[in-house]
Amino acid sequence: MTAHKYKWVGTRQNRPDGADKVTGRARFGADFNMPGQLVGKVLRSPHAHAVIKSIDISAAAKLPGVKAVITGQDFPEQPNQSMSAGEMLVNLRDVTRNIMAREKALYDGHPVAAVAAVSESIAREALGLIKVDYQVLPHVIDVDAAMKDDAPVLHDHLFTTGVEPKPTKPSNIASRIAFTKGKVEDGFAKAEVVVEEVYHTAPVHQGYIEPHATLASAAEDGQVQLWSTTQGHFQVRGFCSKLLNLETSQIRVTATEIGGGFGGKTVVYLEPVAIRLSQKTGKPVKMVMSREEVFRASGPTSGGRVDVKIGAMKDGTIVAADCTVALQAGAFPGSPVGPACMTSWACYDVENIRVIGYDVVSNRPKVAAYRAPGAPISAWGVESALDALALKLGMDPIELRLKNAAKIGTKTHYGPTFNTIGFVETLLAAKNSPHYKTPVKPGYSRGVAAGFWFNIGHDSSAAAHVGEDGTVTIISGNPDIGGSRASLALMAAEELGVDYSKVRPVVADTASIGFNFVTGGSRVTFATGLAVVNAVKNLITELKSRAAKIWEVEVDAVVWEDGMAKPSSSNVGKHEPLSLAKIAAMAGKTGGPINGHAQLNAQGAGPGFGVHLVDLKVDQDTGIVTIDRYTAAQDVGTAIHPSYVEGQLQGGAVQGIGWALNEEYIYNKQGKLDNPGFLDYRMPVASDLPMIETILVEVPNPGHPYGVRGVGEVPIVPPMAAIGNAIARGTGVRMVDLPMSPPRLSLALDAARPKAAAE
Amino acid sequence: MSKIHVTTTINGESTEFLCETQQTMLDVLRDNLGLTGSKEGCGSGDCGACTIIADGRMICSCLMLGAEAEGKRIETIEGLAQGEKLHPLQQKFIEMAALQCGICTPGFLVASKALLDRNPNPTETEVRYWLAGNLCRCTGYDKIIRAVMDVAAEMRK
Amino acid sequence: MADIQYAAPKTLDEAVALMAGANGKGRILAGGTDLLVQMRSGMQSPGLIVDVKKIGEMTTIAEEGGGFRVGAAVSGMQCYEHAKLKKAWPGVVEAINLIGSKQIQGRASPGGNLCNASPAGDSVPAMVAAGATVTIQGPKGRRETPVEQVAAGPGKTTLGLGEIVVSFKLPARPAGSSDAYLRLIPRTEMDIAVVGLGVSLTLDKSGTCTAARVGLGAVAPTVLLVEDAAKALVGSKLDDKALEAAAAACRKACKPIDDKRGTIVYRTKIAGVLLKRAAAIAAERAKGN
Repeated sequence: MTAHKYKWVGTRQNRPDGADKVTGRARFGADFNMPGQLVGKVLRSPHAHAVIKSIDISAAAKLPGVKAVITGQDFPEQPNQSMSAGEMLVNLRDVTRNIMAREKALYDGHPVAAVAAVSESIAREALGLIKVDYQVLPHVIDVDAAMKDDAPVLHDHLFTTGVEPKPTKPSNIASRIAFTKGKVEDGFAKAEVVVEEVYHTAPVHQGYIEPHATLASAAEDGQVQLWSTTQGHFQVRGFCSKLLNLETSQIRVTATEIGGGFGGKTVVYLEPVAIRLSQKTGKPVKMVMSREEVFRASGPTSGGRVDVKIGAMKDGTIVAADCTVALQAGAFPGSPVGPACMTSWACYDVENIRVIGYDVVSNRPKVAAYRAPGAPISAWGVESALDALALKLGMDPIELRLKNAAKIGTKTHYGPTFNTIGFVETLLAAKNSPHYKTPVKPGYSRGVAAGFWFNIGHDSSAAAHVGEDGTVTIISGNPDIGGSRASLALMAAEELGVDYSKVRPVVADTASIGFNFVTGGSRVTFATGLAVVNAVKNLITELKSRAAKIWEVEVDAVVWEDGMAKPSSSNVGKHEPLSLAKIAAMAGKTGGPINGHAQLNAQGAGPGFGVHLVDLKVDQDTGIVTIDRYTAAQDVGTAIHPSYVEGQLQGGAVQGIGWALNEEYIYNKQGKLDNPGFLDYRMPVASDLPMIETILVEVPNPGHPYGVRGVGEVPIVPPMAAIGNAIARGTGVRMVDLPMSPPRLSLALDAARPKAAAE
Repeated sequence: MSKIHVTTTINGESTEFLCETQQTMLDVLRDNLGLTGSKEGCGSGDCGACTIIADGRMICSCLMLGAEAEGKRIETIEGLAQGEKLHPLQQKFIEMAALQCGICTPGFLVASKALLDRNPNPTETEVRYWLAGNLCRCTGYDKIIRAVMDVAAEMRK
Repeated sequence: MADIQYAAPKTLDEAVALMAGANGKGRILAGGTDLLVQMRSGMQSPGLIVDVKKIGEMTTIAEEGGGFRVGAAVSGMQCYEHAKLKKAWPGVVEAINLIGSKQIQGRASPGGNLCNASPAGDSVPAMVAAGATVTIQGPKGRRETPVEQVAAGPGKTTLGLGEIVVSFKLPARPAGSSDAYLRLIPRTEMDIAVVGLGVSLTLDKSGTCTAARVGLGAVAPTVLLVEDAAKALVGSKLDDKALEAAAAACRKACKPIDDKRGTIVYRTKIAGVLLKRAAAIAAERAKGN
C-alpha cells in the first residue's frame, strides 16, 4: 500500500487541530462573540404556500430593546442570473427570496422578517409582535403530485425548459434534461431479459449536528467582518457581496470550525440577514438557528422518483439502460437532477443508454447539496434494478457488475471518456473480501450495490511561508470538515522532505489567502492538495536559489533532497547541505522573506467507485432490520491519511444506512413539517450499527502528483440499494420506496404472505 | 427580571453566577461562564452534544436549569485534561481519528469518561448502548467505539 | 416576558402550598426532561417552577411491606442501581430505563413520566402491569390511587390543583412472580415507543400462570389495562394457544392512530407481537424466582 512508497503520505499522524477539538477549545460558529453584540432572530412562515399581502413591523420595532426589524424590502432586487454554489447552480433572484421572502411564502419555515435585539428573549417577543397578512394557498410537496397538470403552481414565471413545443402555461417542472448514448429502443428489441420498476425516495437532511450560526459586524465605512460556520467562506463572501451590493474586498469572512456540512453549508441563510441587521444597528449581530429551524428552513436534499428499465442478454451483458429521474428542488428550481442523471449508469459500459431528468419545485425548503447530490437517489433505482436482474439471471451480483464494468476508455452517457479508474479493482476487492468469502449466517441475507461520483477540481490558492527558525506554515482557504488539514500537511511534508511536525497548516480568512472554491465535491485533498504541493514546489525553487546565492553557484547546481539543499554533484564543490533552518537564518542577506505560493483551477480530478456489502436480518413480525456486518470498498486513489479516508467511507455509509431505513421528512396535511427534530428525524445511533469495515483500493489518479482521488462522496451512494437488495434476498420482497422503516416493511411483508397476516 | 444567585463547583473550582430561571445549565456554561466546549446540537436532549457530569451522573446540560447547579459538583469537557496532560480518552480519540468535524467530540468524551468511571470493562454492545444518546454524523461511530474500548483496556492494565 | 419564579422546597407541605398558590401556573421539576423541552418549544409557559428534588420522600427508594416504595422524583439510573428493586421488578426498572438516552435516564423520573401523560411514556405500561399505586399529596391531604387512573388523556392528568404525585407503591408478590416491558421503536434507542407493553405475572411450581396483568401503551389516549389478555393467560402454561388469545385481546383493545411514528395497522399488529414476547420474558424470569 501507499505507506511503503512515501515517508509521510499514507501514515496516520495526529491531526494538527486535535488538541483543540478534544478539549472544547476549538471555536465553532456559535462559539464566537463580540462585545456589544445583538441577537438576531428570524420570523418564519407557518404556511407551506401563501401570498404575503403585508407585513407590519411597527409594534416590533417599538419594543424596548429591539434595535432593527427587516423584511425582504431591505435587500436589493436581484437579476435572474445563476452562480455556482458548491456542486449546484443557484439563481440570485431565487436566493434573495430564499433568505427573505418577498411576494410569497413558499414553505413552512420560509423567513419573512428578522429582528435584532439586546437579548434572545426580547428578540423572540419582537417576532411575536410582527403582523403578517397571509393569503394561504393550496400547497404541493411530493414530486409526483407537483408534476401533475392540476397541481398548485409555485411560480407564475416558471415555464419548463428543455421541452418542445415551448409551454405556454407555467408549471412546477422547471426543466427537462436528457442524456443519450446509442439507441435504447434497439437494445430493448434484442434484450432477452428485461427488468422494469419505479422507485421513490423520501426527502432527507444532511443532519449535521451543528446548527447554522453566524456573527456579522458592519462598520460605518461599509466594511463588513463576518464569522460563519460554512464549507466555503469565499462562497459566503460571494453570496453576501451580490445579495447586498457590496464589493468582495469590503467583506472579510472567517470560517469558524464547522460541525458538519455534507453540502448543506455551501449556501447562505443567516449571513446576509445578519449583515443587514448589523448595518442598520451599527452593532455586531449574532444569529444561530435552533434545531427546529435547521429542519424547517435549511436545504435538505430532494425526494424523488426513479423509473428504471434494463435490458440484458442471458449471459448478463446489459444492452439497454433507461431511466427517468424526477427530483424535488424545493421552493426554487435547482435540484441535483443533473448529477443524478449523469451518475446513474456511470459504473457500467453499456452501448445504449437514455436518461431523462426533471427538476420539480414544490413547497418545501430549497434543496442544497447533500454528499454526492442526486447520485444516491438514482443509484437506489439503478442498483436495485440490477439486483433484480441478477436474480432473474441467476447470476452473482458482483459477477454481473464485473461483466458490465466501466473501465479506462469507456465512454459515459454524459460525455467524458474515463481515464484510469478503479471500478473493476474495487469489485474484485469486494469479491475477495473476508466479508464476501464468509458464508451468510442462517436467518441473515446479503446485499451488494455499487456507486459512483465524479469528484471535482476547481479553484484553490495556497501559500507556504518559512519562519525564521525554518519551520513552515502552509496556508490555504478550505474549512476543514473531515481532517483535511492533516492531509495537506502530510503532502507538504512529503514534498518538502521535512518532518510532519515542522509543517503547520492553517485555514486563512478571505482576506489572507487567494480564492478557494468550497470544501465540497470531494475536492480539497485533490485540488487544494495540488495547490499546496505546487506552493511547496514554488518554495523549493526559492530555497534552492537562496542556497545557490550562499554557495555562489548556479541555481541548477542545487538540488533539494530530504528537506535540504545539496550540491547536484561533486563537481559543484564541497558544500555542506543547508537545512531550512540554516537558509532561513540567512534569509535577510539572500533576498528577504522566503515564501512560495500557487493558485490553480485543478484539472484531472479522478472519479471514484464504491462497492458495498451488507449482511442483515429482518424480524418478519416487526419489520425491524438489524445490520450484522457492513463492508465498504472503494478506489481511493492514494490514501493520504488512511484513518481519515476510512472515516469518510464509514461516515458516508452510515448516512446511507439512515437514508435507507428511517430518515424522512414527514409533513402534515397543511404542509407543515411534523418532525423537525432529532427525536423523530431518525438518524442512526451507535447501538444501531456494527463496525463498518473498509477496504481502501488504491488506483492512483494520474492527474495528481500523489495520485489523489476524492473519496468523501462515493460512500453514500451504494448503501440504500445494498440494504434493499439484502432485504429482497432475505424476504423475497423487493422494497421500492424509501425509507424501509418498520411499519412500511412490515406492511410489505404481510402483503406478500396474506395468509400469515390474517392470524 | 430578577436573577438567581448560584454557588457551585465546576471542574473542581468554586464558581458563582447569576442566571434567569429559564436559562439551562448549557446556556449558563456557554453564555455566562464562557465555557463553550459543551455544544448545543438540538436543545431537547436528543443529541448529547451538551453532555456534562453532575454529581457523578451523566446528563444533558440542556435539560437542567442553571439554578439547579446550586451545591452540585459539575464536570465539563474543559475539566477532562489535567493542565497540559490530555486524558487518555482525549489522546486516543486523536490517535485513532475518532473525530472528523469535532462538534460531537466533547459530548462523546464526557459520556465515555462517565462510562469508564462506572464500568472499566465494557463490551462493545455496552459501549454502543451507553453512547446511544450521543449523535455523530461524520464517523459512523466505528472509530469512536474502538477508541473507547482501547482506552478501557489500557486503563485496566 | 414575565418572570418565572424558581423554588426548591425542602418539604412536601411547602411544595404543595407553592403549587396550590400558583393559580395553575406552577409546574413540578423533577428531571426536567419533559418540562424543559416543552418550555423551549413554547408548549409550556410556567409562572413558577417547583423543584422537588430536595424532598426526601420523593427521592428515595425503600423496601416497604414486602414491596417497594419508589419516590416519584427518583431518576431512572437510581432505580437501575437499586439491586433489590431491579431483582424484584425487572420490568418496571427496564421500562423506566428505556426513556431516552443514558443522559436522560440520569434525570428522568417515573413521576414525571406518569404526569407528562404521553400515551407512549415507557414507564407507565410496566407500572400498570405491576399493579402500582401512587400516593398523592395535595391541599386537602393525602390519597392513594391505582396508577392507571392518573392520566386522563394526552398531556392531561386527574390531579387537582396543588396535587403532587409523591411516590409509587409496588406491591409484595408471591414467589414465582416477575415482569417484563418491551417496546417497539424503529431504531435501537432514543425513540418514543410506537407500542409499549408491560406484563407482570405469577407462575406456580407447575408453571401455570396464577396471576397476570397487562399494560398496553401508545395505542390509545392513555395506557390500557388489558384485562382480557390477563384472563387468557391465567390458568394456562403460557402455551401458544393462550399467548395467541392474549395477543388477540391486546389487538382488540387497541385504539391507535396514524401518526409520524406508526400506523393503526402496524400498532395493532405489534401489540399482539409484543404481548407474546414480553410474556415469554416475564415467564422466564418468574421461573428463576
